[in-house]
Parts: sequence; C-alpha cells; structure tokens
Amino acid sequence: MKRQIPLLIAMIAGFVMIVAYFIPYTVSWGDTVIVWFDVLAAIAFVLGGGNLLKVHLKKTSDQVPGWGYSVITIVAFVIMLVIGLGKIGVNPAAKYPEFAWSGKFSEMGSPFWWLYEYVFKPLQATIFSMLAFYVASAAFRAFRAKNIEAILLLATAFIILLGRTAAGPALTGWFPDAIEGLEADKLTSYLMTVFNTAGNRAIMIGIALGTASVSLKILLGVERSYLGSGEE
Amino acid sequence: MNRFLIVSLTASAIALAGPPQQTAIAQEAKPAPPSNLTATDHPWDNGEVLDLAWDAPAGGNADGEYFILRTVAKVGDQIVTHDFKIIDSAPGDATSIGVEVKHHLKRAAVRQLGDRIDFEAILATGEYKFTVGYLFQIVSVNADGVRSSPAQTAEIAYATMQPFDLGRLALLCVTIILCGAVIFWIRRARSGKPIKVRKIAGLEAVDEAVGRATEMGRPILYVPGIQDINEIQTIASMTILSHVSKTAAEYDAKVEVPTSKSLVMTTARETVQAAFLAAGRPDAYNKDLIYYVTDEQFGYVAYLQGMMVREKPAACFYMGAFFAESLILAETGNSIGAIQIAGTAMPAQLPFFVAACDYTLIGEEFFAASAYLSGSPEELGSLKGQDVGKVFVALVLIIGVLMATAGSMLDSPAIKEAVEYLKNTLLT
Repeated sequence: MKRQIPLLIAMIAGFVMIVAYFIPYTVSWGDTVIVWFDVLAAIAFVLGGGNLLKVHLKKTSDQVPGWGYSVITIVAFVIMLVIGLGKIGVNPAAKYPEFAWSGKFSEMGSPFWWLYEYVFKPLQATIFSMLAFYVASAAFRAFRAKNIEAILLLATAFIILLGRTAAGPALTGWFPDAIEGLEADKLTSYLMTVFNTAGNRAIMIGIALGTASVSLKILLGVERSYLGSGEE
Repeated sequence: MNRFLIVSLTASAIALAGPPQQTAIAQEAKPAPPSNLTATDHPWDNGEVLDLAWDAPAGGNADGEYFILRTVAKVGDQIVTHDFKIIDSAPGDATSIGVEVKHHLKRAAVRQLGDRIDFEAILATGEYKFTVGYLFQIVSVNADGVRSSPAQTAEIAYATMQPFDLGRLALLCVTIILCGAVIFWIRRARSGKPIKVRKIAGLEAVDEAVGRATEMGRPILYVPGIQDINEIQTIASMTILSHVSKTAAEYDAKVEVPTSKSLVMTTARETVQAAFLAAGRPDAYNKDLIYYVTDEQFGYVAYLQGMMVREKPAACFYMGAFFAESLILAETGNSIGAIQIAGTAMPAQLPFFVAACDYTLIGEEFFAASAYLSGSPEELGSLKGQDVGKVFVALVLIIGVLMATAGSMLDSPAIKEAVEYLKNTLLT
C-alpha cells in the first residue's frame, strides 16, 4: 500500500494533465492538480526549515569541523525569519493605518528589505561573479589541442570569441566582398545559426523523446524506483 | 449603447486623424475602408479565438495593411462602454484573421471594468470567460500610412469552448504513435525477447566512482539539481540516485545528498532508504545525510562549494536540472580531484559539464540511465520504443527538408503551403 497509493496518485494526476491539454473542458482539473502540488510544496517548506535547523544545530552541538559555519547559518536563518514574520520596522498599510502589521514585510526601507538588498544580493552576486574565473579555467583545460576534435573545438571557440568582441570586425572588416562571409562576425553568426542550432536541435529531440518515455514509464508504473525499490 | 458607439467612434476618428497639420493631407489621400466585417467563434478550440472576415475595399489594399481594433461590449447581461484599441494588424491582401481574446478573459481585465459592471455577480457564475462579448473595427492603411474610416462588426461576438481542441489533433496523433511504440516494446521485452543496448561510458563509470570513494574512505556527493520534484529531470535523477545508493550500500560507502527543495529531500530519503533495504543493508542507512540546504540558487551553490572543499568527496554526481551553477560546481569538484559524473537535459549547461567533468550523460542518455542501470527488460523495452520515436522524427525531418527544397526549386505554392502547415501546425 505504501507504494501503490503514491503510484495511483501519480498516475491519476499525470493522466489528468494529459487529458486537460487536449480537452478544454478539463483544463480546470489540470489547474487543480497544480494547486495540490503548490499546497504540498508549501507544507514541505516548513519541513525543510525544520530540517535545516536540526542539521545545523546538531553540527554545532557535536562541534564537527566547520561548525562555525553552521552557527552563522542558524543566526542568519533566525534573523531573517523573525524580521520577516514579525514585520519588524514595517509601516502600516495606507488602507489600514490602525493595524501595525498591515504593511508588506518586504516594503522598501524595511529591515527585511535592507538585509535582502544589502546583504543577500551582494553575496549572491559574489558567487555568480566567480563564474567568470571558472569559465576561464575550464576553457583552458577544454581547449588544449590534444587531438583533431579538440583542435576543431579550439578553432571554433577562437572564431566565436573574435566575432563576439570588437576585435573581430576590427581585424577582419577589411576583407573584400568576395570573401566577406569569412569576416569574424559573419562567420560567428553562421556557426551559431547553422552548426550550433543543428547540434542543439538534435539534443533537444532526444531530450523530448526521453522526457515522453520517462513520463510514460512513471504513469504506467514501470518506473517506480523514485518511490523506492518496490519492496515493502 | 448608441451613445457609447458614437463616443468611441468619435474618439477613434480623432485618434486616427493625427496632428492637425497633417489632417488636410491625410483626408485627401484617405483610402477606402473595408466592408462587411464579421466576427465569429473559431470552431473546435478552447474558446480563446474569434475569426474576423471582411471584404477588401474597392480598388484593393495590396500595398497597405489593416489595423484591427477591439472593445469589450458586454459582460454577462451588462452592456459596457469601453474604448476601441488596436490589437492586431493584417497584411493588405488578407481578408480574414484569427484574433486571440484570452487576455481579456483574465479576471484582472474584467476587474478593470468594475466601476461599470457588477463583475462579482458574473464571476460568481464561474463562466465569466464566455460571457464577455466583443465588438471589432477594422481600418485599412495605405502604403503612406494614411488610415481609412473604420468598419465595424454589426453584432457582439462571443468566443466559446468546444469539447476538443482540434488544433492539437496532430500532437495527439504524434503522442499516440510515440506512446504506442514505447508500450509495444515494453510488452515485447516482457515476453523475453533480448534487447541490446549500447554501452554508455558515464553509467559504466558509476561503479568505478563508488568504488574509488570506498577505497579512499571519503563520501560520495550526489546533487539532484535545483528544481523541485515536479520537474521530470529531478524524477529521473531520483531513479539514478536509487542505483548509486544501492551500489554505495553494497560497497559500504557514504552518500551525501544536499537538496535545494524540501520535497526533493523527502523523496530522496525514501529512495535511498529503499535502495539500502534492497542491498540488504537497512542498518547502514542514515537519513541525516540527506538534507535540505536552501531554495536560493547561489546560497545552495555556496554551501556545496564549501562542503566540497572541506570534506573533499571522492566522487561527485550532478544529476538533474542545472543552470548557472553547473560550471561552478563542476570546477570546484575538479579542483579537489573528485571523479565527476554529470547528467542533465539542459542543453545550455551541457558544454560546461563536458568541459569540467569526467563523464557526462547528454540529454536522452540521462533519461535512459535508469533503464540502463536496472537492466530490467521492461525498462530496456522503453528505450527501444524511444528509438521508434527517433525514426519517426527523422522521417518527418527528411520529408520536411525535401518538401521545402522542392517548394523552393519548383516555386510551387501548394508545396510551400504544405511546408507551412508542417512547420506551424504539426511541429508547434
């Protein structure tokens, strides 16, 4: 029963979504299924928060290596939770001035907004900005001309880099009309729209078929390892 | 109603006339308006399109175009006064067009008319979408941009819903063919016919990666992507996690699964627990190794980076939906010398994984992983069914290319029309 009921729910929900796509009268059924998921996700969010606290409190209590990071996590979590739920420093909404909690927790100028804008966002941007360095180190390894494929990759990357910067047109803009197709920006555009698009579409077709196949296996109950091994 | 029409027509005329200095010039060259504008419900759809048809003006308008204007005229039983607004245009040689009205069906749009109608009473019926009536106008615009006076529909038009959306019939047929092929091959595999599957290097390496982690006495890191469990890639990731966990249980290795969604955490726990049970090691299962980190993309990445650098897992699996974090994770894993296996169906992230990981499951290989690893005939049969789908797609591609080439070489309108149907109806 522990496996059959979730499987049945998955099957019914999946088939409802398929039917709703083709039969307009059943669109609202599909919408209802999506709302069910949202409700589940909202409940699970509380579960996630509880798990976060439990894991990091345990790490702090056991003083495992790096437990200081867990302390920072707990403190940051509690501060944001209290300020957000308590609507600390939030002005009452213009419509209900008599109720102190009627304002939006994220209104501009509130402590929650300030922490989000001036602490969270810069931290997020810092992590994202590291990507530039990782791209450089990955490219350095990937573009080593070890064999024919790697040489092709290197040459293509070189053309694309040239074509996407001002250097490309500046270096190749003088090409005569007969070979203007070899100008870096035009060659880049050709590589991207022909070779890149063709390769991308081949992968996309495979992904679409794979998605359909996995979905069908789940709906038919052939694939059930996501529910466990099938053994009670 | 008449007052509304007079007001709106006057407003439209003023709006269409342009600045005062140009009025005299524009009036001199004003094109003739189209006539007999009608609006009817589009047949066999979900009630979001009205078909407009009109007669071309005397002398035609081939060099110009038409502007379509629309207003809400009635909601329920209540007549509404609202301005005509340009919503679409049609080429000068057209005499019909399908106009979407779905944006007007939104509750917010009805609410905008709230001071003029009792919309709560209408919304309470639950059928407010199909009680919204529209009036349309059309003006012809010549090559100089001068507009004619408008022609208007005589009756209020309503978009209604039919039992089946015929526009999706082609997709239904394709779905039936693909699903039919998968089901056929699953049944055939059940009957005991052997099915050959080519080797997938990334999946062959799973045992090697788990074995390496066991030998080094370090944990295995499994990252199931950053999407929730309603994403098919996350579900596919859970099936691979099941096999990785089973192998890890057999080797007595530790698998750590930090997740960015709570529902993924609960699903992963069930999956890993069942895998340990199947391996005969239920005592080795530790649910605390599968935990929630944060929903925030870069917060999750920061945690994983820190954890990788501190704990130095010997093997890292990245299986699921990834975005900008793919390369950050793969490069960090590379810097600590971990064996890395990635799998995703996000085409934009594949080059990053290919560049930074030891093995990458590309697109459909990722979805085929579960069947490949389990080796069960039923699942392998589904792969064969997928191949039938590929043959079908290849045939459609070849037919499309041949038709487009023939249409271009022979300049045949019939073939070009067929290509357009293939592109815009069958493939969309």
